[in-house]
Amino acid sequence: MSALLEVLGVSVTFDGFRAINDLSFSIQPAELRAIIGPNGAGKTTFMDIVTGKTRPDSGRVQFGTPPVDLLRLRESDIAKIGIGRKFQRPTVFEAQTVFDNLSMALKNERSPFAALGYKADRRDIGRIEEIAAEIGLADHLRRLSGELSHGQKQWLEIGMLLAQDPQLLLVDEPAAGMTLGEREHTTDLLVRTAKTRAVIVVEHDMEFVRRLACPVTVLHEGSVLAEGSLSHVTANPDVIEVYLGR
Amino acid sequence: MKNTFLARQPSVIVFILVLAVITLLATVFSEAYGSGLLPTNYVKILGKTLCLCLIAIAMDLVWGYCGILSLGHFAFFGLGGYMIGMWLMYARTEDIVIASMSKAALPPTPGEVRDAIGTQIFGVVGGSDVPVIWSFAHSLPIQLALVVIVPGLLALVFGWLAFRSRVTGVYLSILTQAMTLALSLYLFQNDSGLRGNNGLSGLQNIPGLTDIPQSVISIWFMWGSALALGIGYVFAGWIVSGKFGNVVKAIRDDEARIRFLGYSVEAYKLFIFTITAVIAAIAGAIYYPQAGIVNPAEIAPIASIYLAVWVAIGGRGRLYGAVIGAALVSLLSSWFTGGQAPDLPLGFYTIKWVDWWQVLLGLSFVLVTLFAPRGIAGMFDRLVRKDAA
Ligand SMILES: Nc1ncnc2c1ncn2[C@@H]1O[C@H](COP(=O)(O)OP(=O)(O)OP(=O)(O)O)[C@@H](O)[C@H]1O
Ligand SMILES: [Mg+2]
Repeated sequence: MSALLEVLGVSVTFDGFRAINDLSFSIQPAELRAIIGPNGAGKTTFMDIVTGKTRPDSGRVQFGTPPVDLLRLRESDIAKIGIGRKFQRPTVFEAQTVFDNLSMALKNERSPFAALGYKADRRDIGRIEEIAAEIGLADHLRRLSGELSHGQKQWLEIGMLLAQDPQLLLVDEPAAGMTLGEREHTTDLLVRTAKTRAVIVVEHDMEFVRRLACPVTVLHEGSVLAEGSLSHVTANPDVIEVYLGR
Repeated sequence: MKNTFLARQPSVIVFILVLAVITLLATVFSEAYGSGLLPTNYVKILGKTLCLCLIAIAMDLVWGYCGILSLGHFAFFGLGGYMIGMWLMYARTEDIVIASMSKAALPPTPGEVRDAIGTQIFGVVGGSDVPVIWSFAHSLPIQLALVVIVPGLLALVFGWLAFRSRVTGVYLSILTQAMTLALSLYLFQNDSGLRGNNGLSGLQNIPGLTDIPQSVISIWFMWGSALALGIGYVFAGWIVSGKFGNVVKAIRDDEARIRFLGYSVEAYKLFIFTITAVIAAIAGAIYYPQAGIVNPAEIAPIASIYLAVWVAIGGRGRLYGAVIGAALVSLLSSWFTGGQAPDLPLGFYTIKWVDWWQVLLGLSFVLVTLFAPRGIAGMFDRLVRKDAA
């Protein structure tokens, strides 16, 4: 089976500081992967590169079969070919309702003309209600998303990610601001989603990662320090050193 | 779930009603069709104000809804005026020339007619040939099409270059100012083919309708302006209430984020920039026959800045806010600068409004920005909501 996402020897420098250093990484079409690593390890920057927000200085990033060179695409085109992203700081459109946020994310034609002629049909509304139920916002569809709590915004952004129906989901710190019950629900949701598509989760909360029960990649100073099961990597002396030694 | 356009834009019905009532009242009191209480001059001011409200709606779409602070939309307004002005001036001069030549023994050849028209129109700038850009000036349908095509193309090309390079914020505003400035400087030149600083004049005389008094024509134009404004309002309301409007507002609020949902921000910006340029041009094409003259000074960079001030004072992101701002400020402005406002003697100093109006306007702009960032419409919204609660 060939990889869905293949990152090869990527490096990024910000004003002389190497945030990503010769990083290589790959993930299969239906795989769940957790990425951990101390603050500033480059986890978010890695997602920035895959989604086209940051251009690397060197290296290759390929997606899908036949492989598409992501470094040649604009952000919107990368999103369109099936890579969705949830940001570390939840970013939803606060001046708009939960329904409208989900409806914009819903997988549909994206051109201005298509949007002008768009009318939410039964199927789309059904899908939005289904997602809203999944993320616990079924009773909040008409509310402005700016009025939601931090945790609810997290959920809404996860909902928007699901609505896009991507092949690869990049989820940056989903558990922040969630209650214990919500965390469990999130892990369930991510595990279920990863049955049919690839999911990469960045998370600091080890309990959360443990519940994902998936392979873990440890990033440190912009490159992969260790890879394997959680118990395997946490037993790795280098990893222990990075987490405790500073 | 009820999601229709009228449900989302309840102001549309109210607006159309108010507009109809105003236009009917003006007609009832007009010199041509009514009691004569309302002088023709005022009918023209009303008609022109309606056109300014229309361009304010365009400005609100591009700035209030999409967040693009264009300081160049008056250029499109002026260009629309020029395009229709070319026909008005050419066709009317043609009528005059043919009438005066018909007294000659031999009927004039088309060449002679054209030469005479050229001398008539371009004598003021020392020319006598009809420039190439006037090739279609004899044809009303073509010039009407050009009202849309020329400003539309300019906006399309300008927008494509600017948005593709991701020019945003204040840099884009400066770029649009540069565009208007360049256009107005070009038009100021005598060899621009559009009569330099004289501009196009006599536009109130509609070819073929010269027997009809201005009092009647002014009413027709006022109705035309109201119709255009009504259609513009409904169109704008429709555009912003659907998914397109949601994406546009999302671009305003966080353009980087909406890209990651797969939307091409550039395509949407280009679309809204061009469509609002066309609306502005149509407004201009209806405005200038009522004003009678269009010249390069109309396209001066400051005009587009005023447009932004109107919308800011009225309340951006609300269509009726733009309309209120444009009507209020432009009417007040012509009242104060027209010398009608009584001077204010302070004993030691007399405030002459002709000079001080600008200061007052600037001050109100600052106050609105500081204390009522949502403008007049925002305060209005708050009142309505309090009543409801
Ligand atoms: N646009 C930027 N300009 C300059 N430096 C940056 C930029 N983006 C990231 N960095 C730096 O790159 C390093 C990696 O940042 P990144 O946000 O990827 O870390 P992270 O692993 O996501 O950390 P955290 O766990 O705190 O979210 C940090 O030192 C950060 O300061
Ligand atoms: Mg991060």
